[in-house]
Amino acid sequence: MTMLLARDTAVGAATSAQRRRRVGNWSGWAFLAPVAIYLALFYAYPLYRNIDLSLRNYTVRSFVRGDAPFIGLTNYQAVLRDPTFGPALTHTIVFTAMSLVFQYSIGLALAVFFNRRFPLSVTLRALFLVPWLLPLIVSASTWSWLLNSESGVVNAGLHALGIAPVDWLTSPTWSLVSVIIANIWIGVPFNLVLLHSGLQAIPVSLYEAAALDGAGGWRRFRHITLPMLRPVTAITLLLGLIYTLKVFDIIWIMTRGGPSDSSTTFATWSYRLGFGNLLPSFGLGAAVGNLLVVTALAFGLIYLRTQRRLHSA
Amino acid sequence: MNSAPRLATAACAALLAVSATACSAASDNSGGSSDSHTYTIWDPYPQLDASSAWATLLNECGTKAGVSIKRTPFDTTDLSNKTLLAAQQGNAPDVLVVDNPVVSTLAEAGVLTTTAQNKIDTSAVDANLLAAGQSGGQTYGIPIGANTLALYYNKSVLQAAGVDAATVKDWASLTAALARVTAAGKKGITFSAIGTEEGSFQFLPWFWGAGAALTKIDSPQAVSALSLWKDWLKQGYAPNSVINNTQTTSWQEFATGGYAFAENGTWQLANAKKLGFDHGIIAIPGTNGGTAPAPTGGEFVTVPTQTDTGRYATSDKIVTCLTSTDNSNNTDTALSYIAPTRVVQDRQTAANPDLAVWVQAVRAAKGRTSDNLGVKYPAISQQLWTAVQAALSGAQTPEAALTAAQSAVK
Repeated sequence: MTMLLARDTAVGAATSAQRRRRVGNWSGWAFLAPVAIYLALFYAYPLYRNIDLSLRNYTVRSFVRGDAPFIGLTNYQAVLRDPTFGPALTHTIVFTAMSLVFQYSIGLALAVFFNRRFPLSVTLRALFLVPWLLPLIVSASTWSWLLNSESGVVNAGLHALGIAPVDWLTSPTWSLVSVIIANIWIGVPFNLVLLHSGLQAIPVSLYEAAALDGAGGWRRFRHITLPMLRPVTAITLLLGLIYTLKVFDIIWIMTRGGPSDSSTTFATWSYRLGFGNLLPSFGLGAAVGNLLVVTALAFGLIYLRTQRRLHSA
Repeated sequence: MNSAPRLATAACAALLAVSATACSAASDNSGGSSDSHTYTIWDPYPQLDASSAWATLLNECGTKAGVSIKRTPFDTTDLSNKTLLAAQQGNAPDVLVVDNPVVSTLAEAGVLTTTAQNKIDTSAVDANLLAAGQSGGQTYGIPIGANTLALYYNKSVLQAAGVDAATVKDWASLTAALARVTAAGKKGITFSAIGTEEGSFQFLPWFWGAGAALTKIDSPQAVSALSLWKDWLKQGYAPNSVINNTQTTSWQEFATGGYAFAENGTWQLANAKKLGFDHGIIAIPGTNGGTAPAPTGGEFVTVPTQTDTGRYATSDKIVTCLTSTDNSNNTDTALSYIAPTRVVQDRQTAANPDLAVWVQAVRAAKGRTSDNLGVKYPAISQQLWTAVQAALSGAQTPEAALTAAQSAVK
């Protein structure tokens, strides 16, 4: 009797556990669904469409009718053979590398500076965030006024110093430099904020111990701050890289990628192919866009791999 | 322990709500021609709000045709892509007002109906203006009005430099005038050579004025036109900023009062009255005198293809109303355009004799897609503005830039 009862309850427990697991599964899926649907609708589908676009020969007519013929990798071949490809690649690399180096070093210097408490430090730090808060169209337009070769305040300043005016936006030698300067200015706050929060996570006791051992300011920075900031540095640089690779609005507003391609990057080239002409070539534009996506993805994977190595070490 | 299922139900309900709004959002588009009593009109005049004369006119014409109007204005650079996307989704607007060089592209895409299909009467329109909307022997719309380019000049700057505007008859006399103005310490001329369609638009009067043709953009005549601009920059007669100037920023330079000349369009007439100095207008000279053909600007009223062809009759009524003599006069005055028909042009000059020089310019003007270029024009134009930018910025000589441009057109 007792055994029977025991077996009964055991069976009961088993089925209810099963039922609970099934319910648990369903609610699990239900919880997952919003994210999954969101990802599919807003990430997977556009990505699929972009790949599809880049593999077809789209003319305006076939775009409207939706019967563009499949042409394999022809668009990619055309992009690689295009005379704009070489300069665009160089400019993208230079633009991204210079922006990252300066954004990070200026951001880190400011973060270390603001890590020390002094009167008005919070107010000043807040002011440094302004470039980040301004809409890009506002900051880019402001920069193009500042750098205007006729009436810009930068040339007026150079003139006051007795230096000949520079055609910042309209000469092939300076246009890339100008957009890089503007982009550095916009990117510094982002680096400042992330690195500042990273600095605050470093225990003060480490610095105290090092100071007791006689380490000076530079050695403390070199052997405590930099190594302790490494994880924050990695994510800051990765995010910075992805943001910078796809920078489009600043360049487009300031120089439109010109004059004669001297500030064209993959992002502006892709836009110009797809939308910058009265007769859009969506296929080529999508192909260039996909090259950018692949580049960003490659760096993302490198980041994940180093993260894993850091964790397992 | 039954809070989990309850939560799941809540999540599902929330999801349903989300997808329901998603569905309703998808069906509530701004194009769409599902309703037989509502006709949609897209135009490139976002500066004209719902209380403007233009918006009122649209509603009046809708009422006359017995339907209500849903108007959506777009930025002009946005409009052709928006239209292509809408056509792909099968909900193009009933009436589309669109910049004239785009007409042949949209026609090629099969988005627009011909006047044979939509029965719009274009007989009163000037042939050179209508040509911009023609492709492969078909006409795809009717111009709402036209504008073109001429040279505005600052009377006091010219006077101070001792230049009489009446002596500017050809390129040599214009360059001589610029030299005297620059010697007097003022600036010569401002224009827009930006790397977009605007740059080509502004270069074409000089290009055509030299006798060059868009079918061969590396001809000696084309090189002479580009060399003219290049020399102006080299001599300091024109500012380096022209390379990045839109027509609006170029106008702002002229409005400072420091420039003798500005190449700009009919649409600046209203702003010209607000200038703090006396101004005059002359036609752009050809290389050896005469008036250079300037490109026609301005929009066409078109009727995009619909699955329900029965809608064309009402669309035709709306378009005919919009372009009728009285309405054309009002609309073109409001937009600061020259009317596309002789009758209304005469009425405009009678009311405002200052417009005479513009009417002359519009009659001499030429469509960018004319000469049977059609959809070839956008590719040529892109190479042309690229060459202009390369030469003016010093990246290439005018010859090399135009040779590269011609070979890139294919």
